[in-house]
Amino acid sequence: MDRIPILRMGHFLLVTIQIDLYDRLATTLESDLVQMVFKTGAKGVLIDISALSIVDSFMGRILGNIGSMSKIMDSETVVVGMQPAVAITLIELGLELKGVHTALNVEKGMELLKEKIGSNGEELVEDDDGAE
Amino acid sequence: MMVLNKDTMRIEKEQDVVPLRNRVKEFAVRIGMGLVNQTKLITAASELVRNMLKYAGGGSVLIEAVSQGRDTGIRLTFADKGPGIKDVLLAMKDGYSSGKSLGIGLPGTKRLVNEFDIKSTVGEGTTVIILKWKNG
Repeated sequence: MDRIPILRMGHFLLVTIQIDLYDRLATTLESDLVQMVFKTGAKGVLIDISALSIVDSFMGRILGNIGSMSKIMDSETVVVGMQPAVAITLIELGLELKGVHTALNVEKGMELLKEKIGSNGEELVEDDDGAE
Repeated sequence: MMVLNKDTMRIEKEQDVVPLRNRVKEFAVRIGMGLVNQTKLITAASELVRNMLKYAGGGSVLIEAVSQGRDTGIRLTFADKGPGIKDVLLAMKDGYSSGKSLGIGLPGTKRLVNEFDIKSTVGEGTTVIILKWKNG
């Protein structure tokens, strides 16, 4: 079965969605990610959607779900790299990405995650590469 | 209105959604539709085809490149033989949904295209026709 790979980078989980997702792939990613947050105790999830040419209400809901579920498990979610045409379409469609933070690109997203975790007063112990 | 080119696709399972989106994109690119309008059209198609799968278990989509005067556009016809919609006006209201989706399906989709027409008969099925002009 196809799966979207989830990479672990220090305290964060990194997902790059490179193909247009059909529904089952998206729901599998949702449950895989929540499982990974649980297993690794990750403090942040970064999802790169720069390769997605469209985000419809289903995909929007999946992203929102991932954000809300991770939040309950004490992890922040940042969606990065949304294409301008996708952003325009999402807003016209009436879809707000609730529960997730957004950033322009992976670099800015990483900064945002680090900020979020820092401001929660969490200590970044065990200096893995990637975390400062 | 003149039809320049057309194709029909059967939709039976969720894996058919991505190929449909790709086919619609090919048609839109061929008439020179810009990226934002392409994205709106494909997103609208994606919403409608999902509805069709969810409520009717599938159906067919007719993709047409059309022209009227100097305008060219893409017209999509989604036809299913599902249970039909009891109250189309209600279904077109923002925030309404009979399923467990976000309830932005039909009205949201309508905002993405230039023309939107829906006909439904309970027990017979639903047909939705949308049109997006190249420069619309």
